[in-house]
Amino acid sequence: MSSPEQWTHPEPDAAPAATAAKPTAEQVIAGLRATDEGGADLVQLLTPEGERVTHPDFDIDITAEELRGLYRDMVLIRRVDREANALQRKGQLGIWVPLLGQEAAQIGAGRAMRQTDMAFPSYREHGIAWTRGINPTDLLGIFRGTDMGSWDPVEKRFHPYTIVIGNQVLNAAGYAMGQKFDGKVGDDEGEATMCFFGDGATSQGDVHEGFVWAAVYDAPLVFFCQNNQWAISEPTERQSRLPLYQRARGYGFPGIRVDGNDVLATLAVTKWALDECRHGNGPILIEAFTYRMDAHTTSDDPSRYRLSDELEMWKLKDPIERVKVYLVRQQWADSEFFDSIEAEADALGEELREFCTNMPDPPAERIFSNVYAEGNPNLEAQRDEFLDYVSGFAGGEH
Amino acid sequence: MAAPTMDRSTAAAPATPVQTLTISKALNLGLRAAMEANPKVIMMGEDIGKLGGVFRITDGLQKDFGEQRVLDTPLAESGIIGTAVGLAIRGYRPVCEIQFDGFIFPGFDQIVSQVAKLHYRTQGRIKMPIVIRVPFGGGIGAVEHHSESPESYFAHTAGLKVVSCSNPSDAYWMIQQAIDCDDPVLFFEPKRRYYEKGEVDTTAKPGPLFESRVLRSGTDATLVAYGPMVRTSLDAANAAAEDGTSLEVIDLRSLSPLDLEPVFESVRRTGRLVVVSEAPSESSIASEIAAKVQQECFYSLQAPVLRVTGFDTPYPPSKLEEEFLPDLDRVLHAVDRSLAW
Ligand SMILES: Cc1ncc(C[n+]2csc(CCOP(=O)(O)OP(=O)(O)O)c2C)c(N)n1
Repeated sequence: MSSPEQWTHPEPDAAPAATAAKPTAEQVIAGLRATDEGGADLVQLLTPEGERVTHPDFDIDITAEELRGLYRDMVLIRRVDREANALQRKGQLGIWVPLLGQEAAQIGAGRAMRQTDMAFPSYREHGIAWTRGINPTDLLGIFRGTDMGSWDPVEKRFHPYTIVIGNQVLNAAGYAMGQKFDGKVGDDEGEATMCFFGDGATSQGDVHEGFVWAAVYDAPLVFFCQNNQWAISEPTERQSRLPLYQRARGYGFPGIRVDGNDVLATLAVTKWALDECRHGNGPILIEAFTYRMDAHTTSDDPSRYRLSDELEMWKLKDPIERVKVYLVRQQWADSEFFDSIEAEADALGEELREFCTNMPDPPAERIFSNVYAEGNPNLEAQRDEFLDYVSGFAGGEH
Repeated sequence: MAAPTMDRSTAAAPATPVQTLTISKALNLGLRAAMEANPKVIMMGEDIGKLGGVFRITDGLQKDFGEQRVLDTPLAESGIIGTAVGLAIRGYRPVCEIQFDGFIFPGFDQIVSQVAKLHYRTQGRIKMPIVIRVPFGGGIGAVEHHSESPESYFAHTAGLKVVSCSNPSDAYWMIQQAIDCDDPVLFFEPKRRYYEKGEVDTTAKPGPLFESRVLRSGTDATLVAYGPMVRTSLDAANAAAEDGTSLEVIDLRSLSPLDLEPVFESVRRTGRLVVVSEAPSESSIASEIAAKVQQECFYSLQAPVLRVTGFDTPYPPSKLEEEFLPDLDRVLHAVDRSLAW
C-alpha cells in the first residue's frame, strides 16, 4: 500500500475528543459534533477564504484552465439544482433531491474518474452525472415520474440512481470484482469503480458487507461517502461514535477525510484513491466532509431539526466562492469569464425548464415493457387485455 | 490478475448418455456442464468451494474451475446477491447458492429491489442473468429456519422467475436452462429429495424451462404439485389407483410464470383439482392456482378447488413436521372430499 502510514493505521486517539483519561460516551459524541471543522486529519488544499495551502501527501498541479473548468462545472450543476428545485415548487416535478453545498465533493470526485471507470450513485449525485457526460435533462424524468433514469448506464458508465439506501455499494463491489476478474487491474491502464453514499447509509448492513467484500477480494473500489452531516433529520452522531473515515481501518483498508467543500482537495484525494485501485491497491474509503445546504428533499422541513446557526456557519465554507476568490487572486479569471459562465448557466436553466414542461408522459405500454428479458406469457396476456380495454375508449384516449 | 480461463475437467462428460443419478448429483453435473459451456458462469456462496456446499451440490467444481469461478464468499446473503448484481452488469452469469431456505431473507432486499427491477428500470439496457439456488422445504428433521418454503415471496415479485425441480432429469436440465436464461431465476431445490434417484439422459434435452408437465394421466381428479410434493402426489396417485381412483398428476416446474394451460385442460376433463404444496396456503402459489382455475374452468368444476398445504404457521419443531407436511393420506383425504362433492 503506497498510502502514508497515518491512513493505513489511523491513531485511535487522533480524534479531538480524546484526552489522557478515557472519555465517556457523551464526551465522545459531543466531540464528534465538534468536528464541524473536519478535525485534524482533514485534507484541504484551498481554504474557505480562498487561500491555497499545501498538504504533505496530497498536492496537485492545477492549471488556470483546469481550475476554471472545475469552477464552471460547479456553477452549472448548482444552477441545474436550483432550477430543478424551482421546477418542483412550480409543480413540474413531483420531488427534487437538492445537491446545494455538495458541488465540490461531486465535481472533484467526478472529474477524478476516467471514462473507463464505473460509477454507482445514490440519488443526490447530479454532479457526478454531469461529469459522466449525462445531460441534466436525463435526470428530470425520475423526479417527474416519466421514467427511472433515461441514460444508458452501460455506455455512460453511470449506474441508475439507487433509492434503497446502501444497495448500490454491494452492486459496485461486485462490479469492481468483475473488473479484477477480467484482468483490468494492475497498471496505469487499469479500471476502477467508485460508489457514492451518505453518512446515514454507513449504518446499513449492505455498506458493511460492501466493505467486507471489497476488502477480501481486493476490489478496485473507491467508497465515496459524502458526509453532509444529516440523514434526513438524523445527525451523523446518530449513525456512528467514530469519525466515519476511521471505520476503514477495521476492514483493513485506508480511510481518508477530505474537505468536501474543497474541489481541489477532493480531486487530489480521489485521483490518488482511484489510482491506487487501478494499480491493485484498493479498496479505499473517502469521507468527504461537507454539508447539505438545502432540505433533504423538497418534501423535507429542516427547520424542525437543525439550527440556522449551523447553516450560517457552513455558508462561510461555500465550495464555489472560495474557488472564485482564488481565481481572482491569481488573476486566472476576470469578470468577462465569470459573466460568460453566468450566461451559460442561464441558458442551461432555460433549456431545463423548457425540456421539463414539455416532457410527454410515457405510453401505457411502458408499464409492461422490459419486466423480463425473455418475456412472460401471463404478463403478456395481462398487457394485451389492458391495452385492449384502454383502446376501447373513444379515440383511444384514456 | 489474469482473465478467467476455461478449465476443462476430465470428470466432466458422463460416460454414457443415460445414467441413474440422484437429484444432487444431477444438479452437480448440470452446474458443471453450464460452467464448461460458458466461461462467464460463476458460482458464489458460503462453503461451496472446498466443502462443495453443505449439501455437496457444488462438489469438485472449485477444484476443477478455480477459486475465481467458484467463490467461497464471506458469510452474508445480501453480499452474495448484491455483488452478483454488479458481476452480472459486468457480463458474468452468477449462480448464487443460499445455504438454506430460511437464510434467504437477509438477501431479500437485493433480490426484490435490484435483481428483479434493474431490467425494468433501465428499459432493458441491463440484464440480470442471475440464478439463485435455494435448497428448500422440510422433512429432514432440521432445526428452525432450515425447512421453509419461501417461494411465494418471489413469485409475487415481478421481474423474477421461479422454478422448482422434482426429479434428477429435470434437475440436470433445468439448472442449465436457468443459467442460460437472461432473466433472474430463483431455483428451488427439494432438499428432502436430493438423494432420490432417477434416469437422466444427458443428450436428450427436454422441453422449455417454464412449462408444467403432466407426469401421470388420470380421469377422476387432477393433482398439481411442485418440488418435494411431486413425489408425494405420485405416491398418492399410485395408492388411489389400487382403490380404483384414477388421478392425473401435473408437475408445475415453473412457479413464475405459471404454465396453467395443461392444468386447465386437465381440470376440464376431470372436473376436480387438488393443489399440493408444503408452503403455508394463505396468499400462496396454491391460492393463485385456485383463483385462476376457478376463473378459467368455472363451468367444468364438479367441486371447489382444494388445497393441501403446510399450515399458516411458522415451520414447527421437527418432531411435528410429519403433521405439518402434506403426506399421502392428507392428499387422498382431499381427493375423497373432492369426489364426494
Ligand atoms: C433502506 C432505506 N430506508 C429508508 C429510506 C428513506 N430515506 C431516504 S434518504 C434517507 C436518509 C439518507 O441519509 P444519508 O445516507 O446520509 O444520505 P443523504 O441523503 O444525506 O445524502 C432515508 C432514511 C430509504 N430510501 N432506504
